[in-house]
Amino acid sequence: MRVEVDTDTCQGHNRCFTIAPELFDVDDFGTAVVIGDGSVPVELEDKARLAEANCPEFAIKIIE
Amino acid sequence: MTDIDDTHTDLYGPVTDWANDFDHAVPEYNERAHEIWAEFQATECPMARSERYSGLWAPFSHEFVHEIAYDTDHFTSQGVVVNTGRPMIEAPVGPAPPITSDPPFHNIARRLLLPPFAPKVIAEWEPEVRRLCNDLLDRMGDITDGESIVDGATQYAQSIPVNVIARMLGFPTEDEELFRGFVHDVLERINEPVEERMQFMGLLDAYLDEQITDHINNPRDDLTTYLMNVEIDGNKLSHEHVRGSIVLLLIAGIDTTWSAIGSSLWHLGTHPDDLSRLANDPEVMTFALEEFLRAYAPVTMARLVKEDHDFHGCPMKANDWVLLPFPAANRDPAQFERATEFVIDRQVNRHGAFGLGIHRCLGSNLARLELKVAIEEFVARFPSFTVDGDVTWSVGQIRGPRRLPLRVLATS
Ligand code: HEM
Ligand code: SF4
Repeated sequence: MRVEVDTDTCQGHNRCFTIAPELFDVDDFGTAVVIGDGSVPVELEDKARLAEANCPEFAIKIIE
Repeated sequence: MTDIDDTHTDLYGPVTDWANDFDHAVPEYNERAHEIWAEFQATECPMARSERYSGLWAPFSHEFVHEIAYDTDHFTSQGVVVNTGRPMIEAPVGPAPPITSDPPFHNIARRLLLPPFAPKVIAEWEPEVRRLCNDLLDRMGDITDGESIVDGATQYAQSIPVNVIARMLGFPTEDEELFRGFVHDVLERINEPVEERMQFMGLLDAYLDEQITDHINNPRDDLTTYLMNVEIDGNKLSHEHVRGSIVLLLIAGIDTTWSAIGSSLWHLGTHPDDLSRLANDPEVMTFALEEFLRAYAPVTMARLVKEDHDFHGCPMKANDWVLLPFPAANRDPAQFERATEFVIDRQVNRHGAFGLGIHRCLGSNLARLELKVAIEEFVARFPSFTVDGDVTWSVGQIRGPRRLPLRVLATS
């Protein structure tokens, strides 16, 4: 599994960073960036799905 | 609000027909908001209209709110607080950038303010906010379990955001009462004649001019100095831009957060199961925080219609107001499961309490910090309490309790 953030749609609600700081970081403008290449270790797959399901702007994509 | 004179001229009077003569500034609206939204959400057309304020529309479905928030082509942010007049400073800058700005200027003004409100910068305020909350709790004096009544709104919630933003801006915290007065004027006295509104807006501008001059004479490291020095393409901001942004930070940060804290305490004081869950399982706060924000979102924004526009069959006219009730969208059964229930550990919660689209609340990290710490500290001190007495709610676009008598049942 991989996660992606659409930086044009992301408005920096920071929900992903709170839920899964192992997978997402935020830059100085509060915009989310994926950590590394966005690949998700098996034990973090639930957290990745939770982050996706809580993004108010539908900016996170999960690629399986 | 404690000492503020509430006798002012209301131009419109009570509402009997919510669908065709809508007005969110009558006291009944915020008192019965949840019922009113549910009624609209159950009908074919979740849109109210009104001739008040020279034309006003109010959509209550998540779908409509979302669509309007994203549609900056047909709707301008030049005015975001519905009132009897119309803003005089034109988009794209507007009177209080970036909230009153439209693209493309909006993004330029917004980017200036994003770094000081980024999550990691705001996180550093946590110890200060905790200390402030504990001070307020200490100041409540001797508490006798089962007997003492404290006011969760006036003795607690209302002081937290005012103090934090005054410190960030480098304004005297003794002026707390004054700030609350300004906020009340701008956000609650919306149905008064334009001349009266001009008068109190003038007082706010004069106060801020004084503070800005004081910063020129005594430079110090704070947000005001930052705004005075920051540049767009090598040019400093105009005095009006600096002052407008400060107005925005004062107004946007105070009533909103105070209302969120107050409503959350109201919920806990009326739902003992949720209170004991939070007191015994502090970890649930991660989810509870977002559920407080969803179920009791305090902020409804507004837009002006740019040009005559047919919105799903609603004939909107240029310069009509359109409300953006994010709080109603957050309780729309078409978007949320068990939408009208408070589910303390709700896992999937794509709420729009901080807005949707380009104007996402710039202060959301600070607001979350204040709300979380305020509730944590209150519950840690008083693990059991109940609402006991008359609660009064604010009027207008920001919804929250203004008097909240809580009987303390247990102190830790
Ligand atoms: C629980 C508390 C709060 C809530 C629910 C809230 C809600 C909102 C909402 C819904 C918007 C969107 C406005 C729009 O679409 O027109 C907004 C914008 C904004 N808020 Fe907040 N707010 C809160 C606290 C704060 C705080 C503490 C600050 C700063 C001190 C703040 C500063 C701002 C600013 C500067 C904007 C304008 C952003 C822009 O136009 O790009 N807010 N807020
Ligand atoms: S939750 Fe969505 S909008 Fe918020 S920072 Fe993450 S990706 Fe961006």
